[in-house]
Amino acid sequence: MHTVVLTKGVPDFREGQVAFDEDGHLERGATPTVMNPNDKHALRAALQTKVRNGGHVSLMSMGPPGFKEVLQEGMESVYADDAYLVSDRAFAAADTWATSIALTTAIERLDEHVAEGGVDMVFAGFKTADGETGHTGPQTCWGLDWPILTHVVSLDIDEEAGRVRAKRLVEGDIEEIETVEAPLPCFVVADPEFEPTYRKAAHRLTHKDLREETQERAQNHEEHVTVWDHEELNLDPDYVGLDGSPTIVSSVDPIPRAPAERDATMVDPDDGEAMRELVEEMVPLAGGE
Amino acid sequence: MSEPTDGASGGDGEYEHYEAVVVGCGPGGAAAAAALADEGVETLVLERGVDAGAKNVSGGLIYAEESAPYTIDGLFPGFREAATERPVTEYHLHNVAGSQVKSFDITDLHEHDTDWCDAVLRREMDSWLAERVHERTRETGGGLLTEVKVDGLLREEGEIVGVTCEELDPIRADLVVAADGVNSELARDAGLMDWEEPEEWFQGVKAVVDLPDGAVPERFDVEGGEGVAHLFSGDLFDGVRGGGFVYTNEDSLSIGSVFHLDSVAAERAEPHELLDALLTHPFLGQWLADEEYEEREYSAKLVPDSKKAALQSPHQDRLVVVGDAAGQMQAQGPIIKGMNHAVTAGGLAAEAYAQAKARGDTSRAGEFYERKLHDEGVMEKLRPRRYEVASALGEPEPFANLTDAVLDSAVGRFGVRLLGDRLERLYSSPALSMMVPDTRTPYVTLPTVIAEELGAPVDETNDVEPPSLADRIGDLTYDTDVGNPHIELRDDSAAASGTAVTACPVSAEGFGGGCYRRETVESNGEREEVVSLDTQPCIECGTCAVVAETEWEHPRGGKGVEFEEG
Repeated sequence: MHTVVLTKGVPDFREGQVAFDEDGHLERGATPTVMNPNDKHALRAALQTKVRNGGHVSLMSMGPPGFKEVLQEGMESVYADDAYLVSDRAFAAADTWATSIALTTAIERLDEHVAEGGVDMVFAGFKTADGETGHTGPQTCWGLDWPILTHVVSLDIDEEAGRVRAKRLVEGDIEEIETVEAPLPCFVVADPEFEPTYRKAAHRLTHKDLREETQERAQNHEEHVTVWDHEELNLDPDYVGLDGSPTIVSSVDPIPRAPAERDATMVDPDDGEAMRELVEEMVPLAGGE
Repeated sequence: MSEPTDGASGGDGEYEHYEAVVVGCGPGGAAAAAALADEGVETLVLERGVDAGAKNVSGGLIYAEESAPYTIDGLFPGFREAATERPVTEYHLHNVAGSQVKSFDITDLHEHDTDWCDAVLRREMDSWLAERVHERTRETGGGLLTEVKVDGLLREEGEIVGVTCEELDPIRADLVVAADGVNSELARDAGLMDWEEPEEWFQGVKAVVDLPDGAVPERFDVEGGEGVAHLFSGDLFDGVRGGGFVYTNEDSLSIGSVFHLDSVAAERAEPHELLDALLTHPFLGQWLADEEYEEREYSAKLVPDSKKAALQSPHQDRLVVVGDAAGQMQAQGPIIKGMNHAVTAGGLAAEAYAQAKARGDTSRAGEFYERKLHDEGVMEKLRPRRYEVASALGEPEPFANLTDAVLDSAVGRFGVRLLGDRLERLYSSPALSMMVPDTRTPYVTLPTVIAEELGAPVDETNDVEPPSLADRIGDLTYDTDVGNPHIELRDDSAAASGTAVTACPVSAEGFGGGCYRRETVESNGEREEVVSLDTQPCIECGTCAVVAETEWEHPRGGKGVEFEEG
């Protein structure tokens, strides 16, 4: 099995990390870049595949050279064997379409170079925290012309039969789960509900071995990262970056915080008098008034 | 092809097979696993804690006996340097009556058959062992997994052929080593152990107390790297049968109390208060300073009384039982040895399996193991014949009361005065210590009389204020398995389960934050006293399984309490 996991570096939107300017626009320079939170579900699905079915995992991302840190983070969690960074000034300001073109080309390029049967599976998270479009994965899959399984919550691969069986949420609804099958190679978008299962001791022992192996590799992650630019991928500059992007972001409007509509009264639970007043006030409400 | 989430991902429906599965990675399991690996046996070790030692508590002394065929440092070179606290080079017994104390130096008894003895904290010790166990068993094709709870025996046509787990599919094995501790679910599944008789158990409660750097040598008057053990008995526990201990660690103390569970139950004693009675006794004022008093951890465990509970035949089909799970815990008078016997049993179980395999019939491993326990003298230590004879005379009530009454009379007191310091030598007799009956006499009456007749008042003061039970629980680390309580009350009437309110070390009368509490329920005009249970604060000691009507299981792998010290 050779699998590829797509990941992206996004601004760290967590409280205390993210910085906005006075107009409410994101300050990229002042906000650290982290691995897209949703990608961890893809990583977990890929890790389960590696642990249960063995094989090679490549991490892939498109972005500036600084994304190598993101790849390191990804390598640590998926125990990836190596990583590919699609990186070139010519790719800057790409929309999801131009990004998908570049990623498809890179996966095809990898496919040609992988010994024994090429790439079997590609995993992606279901949307990025910055763009939130959810386009890039499916468009990349469209470019590859592979079957796609989305909102996958559990996965079982029969390598010999060349088939994947998955449970997926129908229309993203946890209440409705269907079981689907697809031939390999295929593209899997892992849902945040994805839960890896390791029900065999052998799997857990392998998992433990991989963890030890990977810690070492992730420390020297630069040695395992291959960077590809547009020439390397033989991509026409007209089809990548801003020039290759049919959509543009014209502006971003901050959504103002809604004002609180109610006055809050703080009551100290140890203040007997205040608590008594509170109860007295609430008693009529309990009666439906 | 199988369903994706049902786990049978191999798809062929076959269970995994390992030559040996060892359940639990305490000293018994670690010893068995290491010895099996040394024999080249493919060995899988399953431990339910997040880390080995996270579920383990002991008083704190591990012995290496001269007469034992296996010792922990023999099986794990470098053990003492890496995983223990201080070697115990002095052993004292203090007889207490009020603030009167008469101390005996029983170092001779402690050194009898002892190669060495070290104080240990179990989290550090067991996790160190586990790393070695994983390395050595991994080479055989097995390995160690944490956060996996084995919950039962896999049977085929009525015969034990492996184990079932919460987190994994069933696993077949040619040998199953149950080293799953005092509340062993495997020994109970096999029908070898039960939780019926409080008389068969002790309950230990312990606080690990922080000390400033360098305080141990200074306050205990020992050389830099050495340590000391102090035992206590007498009237400081309100007549509950048992005693207390203070062991020195590197820069902390293990202070605990161990009581006969039947006595704790009958006296409606609160275990944490028994511990507090020791912690606040003036005698401990020389070691503890109130302004700096800080408990690192409160813990408790059940301790099997091997004299009554050690299994004569700790095996069934492919299952062998070692350590606490088999009741292999020797508590005779001031001699308290458990971990060393678990290590020996683990080693012997491995040896028995290798021998059976060499003869081409692995099913005889259990039989060989039992024989080795006898031949190597382990069973004689656990269930001494001297005790069987002495207890037949000494334990029936009328006799027990007679000796108690005589001892407490003018005649008995005269005898104690006459013996004077020769008592120290009697207390140091290994032969006598084996015969100590489980009555009030040796635990309460005799030490009290000794202290009253021969002791001197303590001139220290002790202003330590131990933390409340709520604070002790609050300081523990839990990963609660929300919505999946591991204990259920089968009978919530006060008559059936009320004792748990007092005997549970994290519950107390009038305290609402513990596991068990009393409630009055009114229905149809009738008032009924019932007991309610919240398993969140549970420290998994197993007390309530004995004193109340419960369905008792351990929490799932990685869930429940996590001891940092142990």
